[in-house]
Amino acid sequence: MGLWPLLGVLIVILGFALKFDAILIVMVALVVTAFAGGMGLTSMLEVLGTTFVNNRGMAIFIIIMLATGTLERNGLKESAAALIKRFKKVSAGIIIDIYGVFRMIFAAFNVSFGGVAGFVRPIILPMALGTIQAKKVPGNPEYEEELKGIASAMENVCWFFGQVLFVGGAGALLVQSTLKDLGYEVTLGKLALVEIPVALAALLFTSIYFTFKEKRLREKYFGKELDQ
Amino acid sequence: MSFYTDPSIDLGTKLLEVLNCIMGLMLLYTSYRNLRDKSNPHPYGTSLFWGVLGVLIGFGRFIPPVVCGVLIFVMAVPAILKKVATGTSRLPSKERMTQMSEKLGLKIFIPALSIGVFAILFAVFTNLGALVGVGVGVFVAIFILMFFSKENTPQVFLDDASELLGAVGPLSTLPMLLACLGAVFTSARVGTIISKAVGAVVPEGNVLVGIIIYAIGMVLFTAIMGNAFAAITVMTVGIGAPFVFALGADPALIGMVALTCGFCGTLLTPMAANFNIVPVAMLEMKDKYGVIKNQLPVAIFMLIFQIGYMILFK
Repeated sequence: MGLWPLLGVLIVILGFALKFDAILIVMVALVVTAFAGGMGLTSMLEVLGTTFVNNRGMAIFIIIMLATGTLERNGLKESAAALIKRFKKVSAGIIIDIYGVFRMIFAAFNVSFGGVAGFVRPIILPMALGTIQAKKVPGNPEYEEELKGIASAMENVCWFFGQVLFVGGAGALLVQSTLKDLGYEVTLGKLALVEIPVALAALLFTSIYFTFKEKRLREKYFGKELDQ
Repeated sequence: MSFYTDPSIDLGTKLLEVLNCIMGLMLLYTSYRNLRDKSNPHPYGTSLFWGVLGVLIGFGRFIPPVVCGVLIFVMAVPAILKKVATGTSRLPSKERMTQMSEKLGLKIFIPALSIGVFAILFAVFTNLGALVGVGVGVFVAIFILMFFSKENTPQVFLDDASELLGAVGPLSTLPMLLACLGAVFTSARVGTIISKAVGAVVPEGNVLVGIIIYAIGMVLFTAIMGNAFAAITVMTVGIGAPFVFALGADPALIGMVALTCGFCGTLLTPMAANFNIVPVAMLEMKDKYGVIKNQLPVAIFMLIFQIGYMILFK
């Protein structure tokens, strides 16, 4: 049969790397792989249709939107901000850690507060920077730059490793369907369960690392006396 | 109707089909709403996309597979041509939402958490499946929200959902399309070809080597493509199945953790622009790689941790 079916894999890799439209890449790779593998038009359409219909469980996010859109209307984000703002008199690093814990717990329940645009920029960063301003010292652009990087990284890590804890998340559904094609039946509950140690390790390592990093940066840019 | 009365089909499957029908109707409503939305720059393309998706999700079971295949191509056209858009948002003002937040306080978290809680409850205590639990959780959340405020009418929920769908856009169907691509890869024997090529270099029959290649392969593929979901199907078919699962390792644990190994690749790559580059602009940072640099130690630690975890619990 030769290596021709690999053309589809090559299209996926190059397509995503060159930032073509994701849906275009998938559809082209699908057609090329099917023809290179000698499937023919009808059997390609049949595999495509059958797989899509069997994987409609992945569309579960649509019904979830029936609740999440209106949750936002009823002040979900504002309430989350109010909850985090209860933590006072802690360092900028700890504020970002608290956000991380918060973000991961809610990610496991498939609840999001808007990521960097919706939450980190308007709420978490001003709170973290506020800890320095409260000490009545002039701001430092390099420290602020580092803190922005830390806050965004915390957001990404906790969202990535937290979302896999949601029973019925897109990642687990895709793994479940891929394994099913290969003849292995696994449940969504098990797929979420195996990720618990991974998520905890990610949260623990990231928050310890960022706490120490922020402390070191604070001492570097503002001196040790800031802590007293 | 014969589907719902057939006793040989279990209740979980039937309930899931009911959820699919509801989602299909939601999508058809979204299609209709966008068609009539004067503020949408592409009402026809948008309406076509959501309408066809609605037919596929809601009634795909009752349509011949070949016809579904054709419909998927029809749906992809407006998405690829960038003719799927949104109208202006009708969310209330920030003040209004703050006011609601002050009124409800922490109570708002009860409906917010109910979806996940019911998913877990159904996964653990019933054999109906987690997805049916998600559906039940959504309706519990809706009832609680209606109880909180008279302003939360069914129409409001439908319109908010339809607006949210518009905001997420066609890319929300990517995981489903990738699953289809994975199936076509399997049918075209892509996995066999990759595994033969890898097998020529790597000693077969060593599960430790298999796990390490699967994990690192996920990181590299994801870093190149910027998308772990695209990498997982290729890597699982080509490496995971022949070099790891075939040797008796647990497919659920290794297959799932392989996906999160891919997330380490996402943390490292500017290709995942949404996560790593867009925030740089949004937070007005000077260093283009300021986010990635902070994620590098985390990604390295998590890769080592996950490889160790897979080897210990395989």
